[in-house]
Amino acid sequence: MVKTIEEINEKIKAGKAVVFNAEEIIEFAREKGVKKTAEQVDVVTTGTFGIMCSSGAYFNVGHTKPRIKLGGGRTYMNDVPAYTGLAAVDLFLGANALPDDDPRNRIHPGEFNYGGGHVIEELVAGKDIRLEATAFGTDCYPRRKLETWINIKDLNEAVLFNIRNAYQNYNVAVNTSDKTIYTYMGVLKPNLGNANYSSAGQLSPLFNDPFYKTIGIGTRIFLGGGTGFVAWQGTQYNPSVPRTEKGIPKEGAGTLAVIGDMKQMSPRWLVGASVQGYGCSLTVGIGVPIPILDEEVLRYTLVTDADIVAPVIDYSDAFPQLKPDKLGEVSYAELKSGKIKIKGKDVPTASRSSYPKALEIADILKDWIKQGKFFLTSPVEKLPGAESGVRVRPLKERPIEE
Amino acid sequence: MAVDKKIVLRFPKRMVDRPIVYRLVKDYDLEFNILKASITPEQEGLLVLELKGNQQEYDKGIEFLLKAGVQIQSLSQDVTRNEERCTHCGACVTICPTGAFKVDPKTRKVIFEDEKCIACGLCIPACPPRAMEVHF
Ligand code: SF4
Ligand code: SF4
Repeated sequence: MVKTIEEINEKIKAGKAVVFNAEEIIEFAREKGVKKTAEQVDVVTTGTFGIMCSSGAYFNVGHTKPRIKLGGGRTYMNDVPAYTGLAAVDLFLGANALPDDDPRNRIHPGEFNYGGGHVIEELVAGKDIRLEATAFGTDCYPRRKLETWINIKDLNEAVLFNIRNAYQNYNVAVNTSDKTIYTYMGVLKPNLGNANYSSAGQLSPLFNDPFYKTIGIGTRIFLGGGTGFVAWQGTQYNPSVPRTEKGIPKEGAGTLAVIGDMKQMSPRWLVGASVQGYGCSLTVGIGVPIPILDEEVLRYTLVTDADIVAPVIDYSDAFPQLKPDKLGEVSYAELKSGKIKIKGKDVPTASRSSYPKALEIADILKDWIKQGKFFLTSPVEKLPGAESGVRVRPLKERPIEE
Repeated sequence: MAVDKKIVLRFPKRMVDRPIVYRLVKDYDLEFNILKASITPEQEGLLVLELKGNQQEYDKGIEFLLKAGVQIQSLSQDVTRNEERCTHCGACVTICPTGAFKVDPKTRKVIFEDEKCIACGLCIPACPPRAMEVHF
């Protein structure tokens, strides 16, 4: 049996859509069988809530009287520098941006208590933000200095635009050196003292659609508590990696670039993150609905933590030195048991991505769909597939000779 | 006057094998109870002691520890979790030297058992949304 998105949307409109989250569907299909489940279920909702770098937002703050051109000058939001090289009053703020006077890692490991991700959280919380700018002044934009409070409700546009989120699989980080290291994967204790992983596993969007059959450009999603869209494949998109028999990538693979109106979003689902010794970032909540068009699409959503394996990478050597070495592979079921075995040693595990919050997102999306508030979209273009040959490449450095 | 206090001692790496507690007993006549002992990721020694004895001797004992380079915190320093900010990510679980964080195997929420907390402070900068707070 084959359904179309239009048919599913008709059922949503009529309040009759049958929706499960990506955890519930596993049990349901086990009982009813794949064929029956594919007939009965219309949508499976996924979710993820973790620190996602390459997040940011752009704003149009409105023109001042007299006018000022922020472009080419310096602009700060709560002391965090925003990128101005766009135009007069358009700004881009990256989640990793830090105030100029942050001590960074001068006293190692730095704490990184406030940065771009925190400004984004405060903006969506409706708090006033201090905007301070200096410019060089032109005939048409004479003003050189601006200091004012701004609030998201007064901005012409406030758009979250994350160019790489929702990683399809990720490294398990460990440390084989004899000293503690502070990484974006958290504090890693010496001599394989702990192992940190970062994915919602069986709930995570791209694990439930490993070949990007339904998720594509234009897919409407839950983003930061509001609705957003998949804008493009994310940066470092790498679909051609080795996969398991069931098609699940065995390492970081697909990524999504996502976009959405920040004015709808909530500080519950966009949380500023401080990563000790590394920097600031943003914890982002994303939920993607998967229309159950046929048995094949359904089958992919039945993925369990036991089906997904991730590479164990040494962040004291292989990662920083960009070596391809892996210390092994472990499944998410093993990771979630609280310990894994590496080189014969029991290593305690910790997650960086919140499973309970991912589940909450999948359930919110489920409720939106059931209540007829959220409709599904067909992608306007597919993402490059596993057979596309698209591959992430390292930078080939070429010495600059004068 | 008699005192009975719980304190957290942090020993720098170089001091981990010196007989500090023995001196407290011998030179200052203090009674002790080891509540917790561990080595932190920084390879520091971490010792939670209940110390009992005469106030004057207790004060001298503390002075001796400080001079020797031991950092002392009172256990009345209280570490709490801001439930609003905690995202239940789990980043703290393997950080805590006393295992005060546990993942509920069913809900996968992170449970904070504050009676196990010795206020070492390690989870505070390690928690990304800064949900762990220390109060003096
Ligand atoms: S690291 Fe912080 S936010 Fe994450 S579970 Fe622990 S207390 Fe909660
Ligand atoms: S301060 Fe944090 S890390 Fe230290 S014992 Fe208490 S809960 Fe554990």
